[in-house]
Amino acid sequence: MKRTVPIILAVSTASILALVFFLNRDFAMFFGVTPDDIKQEILIWVTIIGGFTLILGVVSILQVNLKSFSQKKPDRWYSLVTIISLLVMAIPGIFPGPETEVGKVLYTYLPSWIGVYGSQNGIIVNWLFDHLDAPMMSTMFATLAFYIASAAYRAFRARTLEATLLLVAAVLVMFWRVPMGEAVLNMVSPEIPEWINMILMRGVNASVQRGIIIGAALGAASMSLRIILGIERIYLGKT
Amino acid sequence: MTLQSRTSRNAFWPGFRLAVYGMMFGIVFSSSAVLSQEATAEVDNASTMLAPMLAPAAPGNVTVEDAPNDAGHAVIVTFSQSQAPADGQALVLGYEIYRSLARSGPWKKVGAVPSDVDVTASLIYKDAGGSDKSSDDYLPTETDLFYRVRAVTADSTLYSDSEVSAPAQAVGQWWNSGRNPVFFFVLFFTLLTLYFLRVAKQRGDSLYIRPLAGIDAVDEAIGRATEMGKPILYVLGLGTASDIATIASFTILGRVARKVAEYQTDVIVPCYDPIVFTIAQETVRTGYMDAGRPDAYRDDQVYFVTQAQFAYVAAVNGTILRDRPATNIYLGKFYAESLILAETGAIAGSIQIAGTDEIAQLPFFVVACDYTLIGEELYAASAYLGREPLLLGALKAQDYAKAVIVVLAILGVIMSGLGYEGFAKAFEAVG
Repeated sequence: MKRTVPIILAVSTASILALVFFLNRDFAMFFGVTPDDIKQEILIWVTIIGGFTLILGVVSILQVNLKSFSQKKPDRWYSLVTIISLLVMAIPGIFPGPETEVGKVLYTYLPSWIGVYGSQNGIIVNWLFDHLDAPMMSTMFATLAFYIASAAYRAFRARTLEATLLLVAAVLVMFWRVPMGEAVLNMVSPEIPEWINMILMRGVNASVQRGIIIGAALGAASMSLRIILGIERIYLGKT
Repeated sequence: MTLQSRTSRNAFWPGFRLAVYGMMFGIVFSSSAVLSQEATAEVDNASTMLAPMLAPAAPGNVTVEDAPNDAGHAVIVTFSQSQAPADGQALVLGYEIYRSLARSGPWKKVGAVPSDVDVTASLIYKDAGGSDKSSDDYLPTETDLFYRVRAVTADSTLYSDSEVSAPAQAVGQWWNSGRNPVFFFVLFFTLLTLYFLRVAKQRGDSLYIRPLAGIDAVDEAIGRATEMGKPILYVLGLGTASDIATIASFTILGRVARKVAEYQTDVIVPCYDPIVFTIAQETVRTGYMDAGRPDAYRDDQVYFVTQAQFAYVAAVNGTILRDRPATNIYLGKFYAESLILAETGAIAGSIQIAGTDEIAQLPFFVVACDYTLIGEELYAASAYLGREPLLLGALKAQDYAKAVIVVLAILGVIMSGLGYEGFAKAFEAVG
């Protein structure tokens, strides 16, 4: 029963939604409810479930890092930083703003810095997000440039025929994409940039990409069919 | 000689002067004549412009028919344009389409079409309304509709209306025939899968499936981790629980967890999405239970990190560099973080297996990882690892369907090359 009901739900929902795809909108209606209505309702439920799972997630972060810190592991200070960061972001975030009715009462008894960081900079959560979180994430993103360089260095070593072909193709495409490179290619022959575009990008590259997309779509369709037929039951935790 | 010369010079000058005066008069006269002609033309033009313009010819042959293959809230209006403007008629700039529920009105403007340079060409307007009765663009279904077309000019007072069209109704079709190619392919694929499921049941796990290096490497990687006494890092990507790639990754995680439990090694699963986290926790726990080692499972093996993309990357990178896992497995949906994760793993010296259906991230994984599951191989992986007959049957059907698509694509290229475009169009889904 624990597994039969979810399987029936999954199979019937998936079958109905697959059938709805082939019907015109007004006719894809079940007991006066359209698929869009069902989708909206499901989204509400997903949001509610997501909220609860987020609580579980926060519990998980605290559990893992408190355990790491209490066991005095060598990297326990990272765990401490994580816990402090979580609290620093969360506590001011759950305090009501000074403009709210609750906030007006609250800040007569509590120091104002708990919820506000100066009148110019807004609520402390926004300040922390704008001045710490966003720059740190941008920094992480910026490291991608260095990783691309190191990955390119490894990939472009012409050890085999395939690697050599990759190297030649990559150099040509890079030349074509960079304005100065394109100018150099144009000086050699104006037909080279067009040749790179037609043969390498719109020919070889596009056809291979389409092949991968068709294969992936077929794989996804097969996976969906396995779920509809009840063969794949991983969503029940069954391996 | 001098006298003669003087005499002849005196005789010359009066004639020369006369000729010069004559020329000057001629120039002045001709100029004034030209000016007078231009002035006359301007007056004529002015009188033409000031003359009242005539309305353009009316558009004609307004016919209305139901738009095919829809929910019943659209019609197609076809009409012939106004004739080319005759002398004094205003130029038509466009046509306004009016709809009414009765022949006598009231009329509601529903759209407009610009005029075509070729006035002999008929114009088409699709009046697609809404199905919500309370909305302003509601177009009633199975109700007589009348249409009228108005030729409009730059002058809002100069226009011509066509005759009112014959009544027409918007009728809905319940089946979207534009998607017939998709339907027939789904039907074919389902039947193929059912056939191979039956074959797989009869033959058991002896069904041949093509080998995949990336999948074979999973067992090898778990063995390596066991030998080295180091954990396995499993990253599910940034997808949500509703992404099919993430669902495929769950199935592989389940198999990996079971093997990890059997080999008595450790698996670390940092999660990006809280719903994915709860499912992953359940999947790993079940894997340990299936392996008969529920006691070996710990809650801190699967943990939630954050829903911020690069903060998640920073956390996972930290784990890779501190714990130095023997194997990193990246399977699911990946975006800009793919290369950062994979390169960090390569720096840490881990064996890396990756797989995604995100085309843009595949080159990064191919470059930085030891094995990469490309596109559909990610979906095939769970069947490979499980070796269950039913899953192998579905995989076999997938391979045959792919072969059929390849044959059809080659045929399509040949037929299109020979000029038979109908073959390719037969597979075109519309709407």
